[in-house]
Amino acid sequence: MATSEQGVSRTDIEQHGAVVSQVAFEEPQTTGAAVLAAPDVLANSLGDFTSAWWRRVKGGDSGVLPVIVALVVIVVAFELQDSLYLHPSNIINLINYSAIFLMFAMAEVFVLLLGEIDLSLVYVAGISSGLVAYGVLAPLNLPWYLAILLGLATGSVLGVINGMLIVYLRLPSFIVTLAGWIGWQGLMLFEFNAIPGASGGLSIKDPVLTVLNNSSPGLSPIESWIVMAVLVVAFGAYLIARHTRRQAEGLAVPPMSLTVLKVLAIAVAGVVIVLVCNANRGVANIQEGVPWCILIILGVYAAANFLLSRTKFGRYVYAIGGNTEAARRAGINVGRVRIAAFGCSGLLASIAGIMYMSESGGINTNIDPNYVLYAVGAAVIGGASLFGGRGKPIHAILGALVVGGVYSGIFLMSLGADVQYIVVALVLLVAVTVDSVARRGGGTSGGGKSRFRLPAFLHFAKSDSTHGRRV
Amino acid sequence: MAEALLERGQTLLELRGIQKRFGPVQALENVDLTIKAGMVTALCGDNGAGKSVTIRTISGIHGPDAGQLYWRGRPVNIHSPKDSSHLGIATVYQDLALCDNLDIVQNMFLGREPTKFGSLDEAPMEKAARKTLADLNVTTVRSIRQPVASLSGGQRQSVAVAKAVLWNSQLMILDEPTAALGVAQTSMVLGLVRRLADQGYGVMLVSHNLNDVFEVADRIAVLRLGRTVAQGDASEFDRQSLVELMTTGSLSGGRTIAGAPAAHGAPHVGAN
Repeated sequence: MATSEQGVSRTDIEQHGAVVSQVAFEEPQTTGAAVLAAPDVLANSLGDFTSAWWRRVKGGDSGVLPVIVALVVIVVAFELQDSLYLHPSNIINLINYSAIFLMFAMAEVFVLLLGEIDLSLVYVAGISSGLVAYGVLAPLNLPWYLAILLGLATGSVLGVINGMLIVYLRLPSFIVTLAGWIGWQGLMLFEFNAIPGASGGLSIKDPVLTVLNNSSPGLSPIESWIVMAVLVVAFGAYLIARHTRRQAEGLAVPPMSLTVLKVLAIAVAGVVIVLVCNANRGVANIQEGVPWCILIILGVYAAANFLLSRTKFGRYVYAIGGNTEAARRAGINVGRVRIAAFGCSGLLASIAGIMYMSESGGINTNIDPNYVLYAVGAAVIGGASLFGGRGKPIHAILGALVVGGVYSGIFLMSLGADVQYIVVALVLLVAVTVDSVARRGGGTSGGGKSRFRLPAFLHFAKSDSTHGRRV
Repeated sequence: MAEALLERGQTLLELRGIQKRFGPVQALENVDLTIKAGMVTALCGDNGAGKSVTIRTISGIHGPDAGQLYWRGRPVNIHSPKDSSHLGIATVYQDLALCDNLDIVQNMFLGREPTKFGSLDEAPMEKAARKTLADLNVTTVRSIRQPVASLSGGQRQSVAVAKAVLWNSQLMILDEPTAALGVAQTSMVLGLVRRLADQGYGVMLVSHNLNDVFEVADRIAVLRLGRTVAQGDASEFDRQSLVELMTTGSLSGGRTIAGAPAAHGAPHVGAN
């Protein structure tokens, strides 16, 4: 019998156990890059918040900071070159122009979050805005809202088709939507051939469609102040109410001072926007007040943000982008969520198409396919990741303003498209480098396997089901 | 689903004569295994002993070719991971299946979020997640709203286990939970395993690490070449006998261990 040996071993182990339990629960603090937590969930005071935020910046995940700095640098640099840069007329022009690829960029955010990409969106936009124009013109003479609905539905369907091809054929989205770039372009040419009298383009005169994305007319100065005040007060009240409710329920809340600062910042931004918009920007006639496109951008942003941060669908989009296998094991219908995300992307692309049509007074087959590249670029410049799982609609807006700001500045300096393209390309390269470095450096103990992986949009799905795969 | 936990020591899951063949490879020849509520059962075995196949059989990834599983005393067939989780079996694989970019609450509720008027109802999720973590005495995380990417390996393991607890699992299968962890983190996870069992859950711990096994296991089962060669109270084993059983399938010197009836150097479990 082995009683004696057994006794010795057990004692050994108990000693070992005792030693181990002495050091238990002294979690070694993970270093630098590992401190990724959003600062507001860790902080009890504004000071805590600032230091937590600074740790996170040093760790490589700086949120919207770099893009805001870039925006300030761009504005200052171009304003020094040409004092017209910050003239209200130029700012509103810049916003009108940026609104187009801002919408495309928000469309890309939905698929970038999954680690996918959609290269075909420009022609999705072309096809659907072509139908909007066709709808409001004779012989259909639809009211503008029905025509827009038709366009939005078309964009969504085309997006869903992209998604279904990717999910059911198990092909990388890069390839499928590259085919879509060509195929939807063909369909757009067919559409404009089929519409009688279109001959490659349709002009619109509809009084609503033409003001959606134009310098004027918009709200009157008085209306601008009222709308801004209502929005700021409502949103501020919502933020404060939510804060106090969460605090009362004992849930995690950022410091109150931060919420108040946030509300103040929104109020200041609102006042600045209205001041800029209410200054006369016309040359021959008076043009003042907030243009509709700003309200449209705000509305679309609010909807996209709600969808991504407050619904199951949005949560699943992030989950799939973060760890597809985990999402699948959690019982999420991964294919359906991916198709829906491509549908949202198509829907937003059709809004971009309508903004484009409104700005240029019509739609034709020469719509610039580069928009989709600016859009991906804008989203990544703003802080969305090509690797999936990270990005918000606000990133699309900020990134689009950077791209638009560079364009506008270069245009004012009378430099050509050559310089525009090269500068935007350089900005994009910097943004992608930051993205991939953050990706490589940001992984902690458990996430090492994701190093050096390709974005999902370049992956071919494995033919076997990964359902039962074990590690 | 919401059956009450069994009393400590009652049999939660039993495998009898489980066999599994993959083409020419007989992965499981004859696996008997008893897992009791409120106890940690360690499943030990060398590489290729059949530990992984056994786990996958229990968690429904592939059904057995022969043999029967009994859940709380009644025979059950587990054909899919869904069947397994419906019974109340949760398997925490080495890769943990967590989304790094989501926070702790979001991970724990992934796929089962409550909603109110179509939007996510965060308050009950956060409360339930906090309570579950507190019940398991997982207190080292600074905020349950921090993304899982910012957690240490031990904390990640704790979140994966807490997720299983949150969803009314009665049996947790932990696959090499300490394999990638340092000393302090290992101790933290083993502490968690102990608390799980003390709270009445059945725990099956799959581990190579004999220190871990002897530190937390109440019962030990040894697999070798697809067969159960011994199972019984941890106190009946010592390090040497366990190593011998894992490597040779029998004990030298005529020693015996309960649950290993044929281990007196009998030929069919000896070196072959």
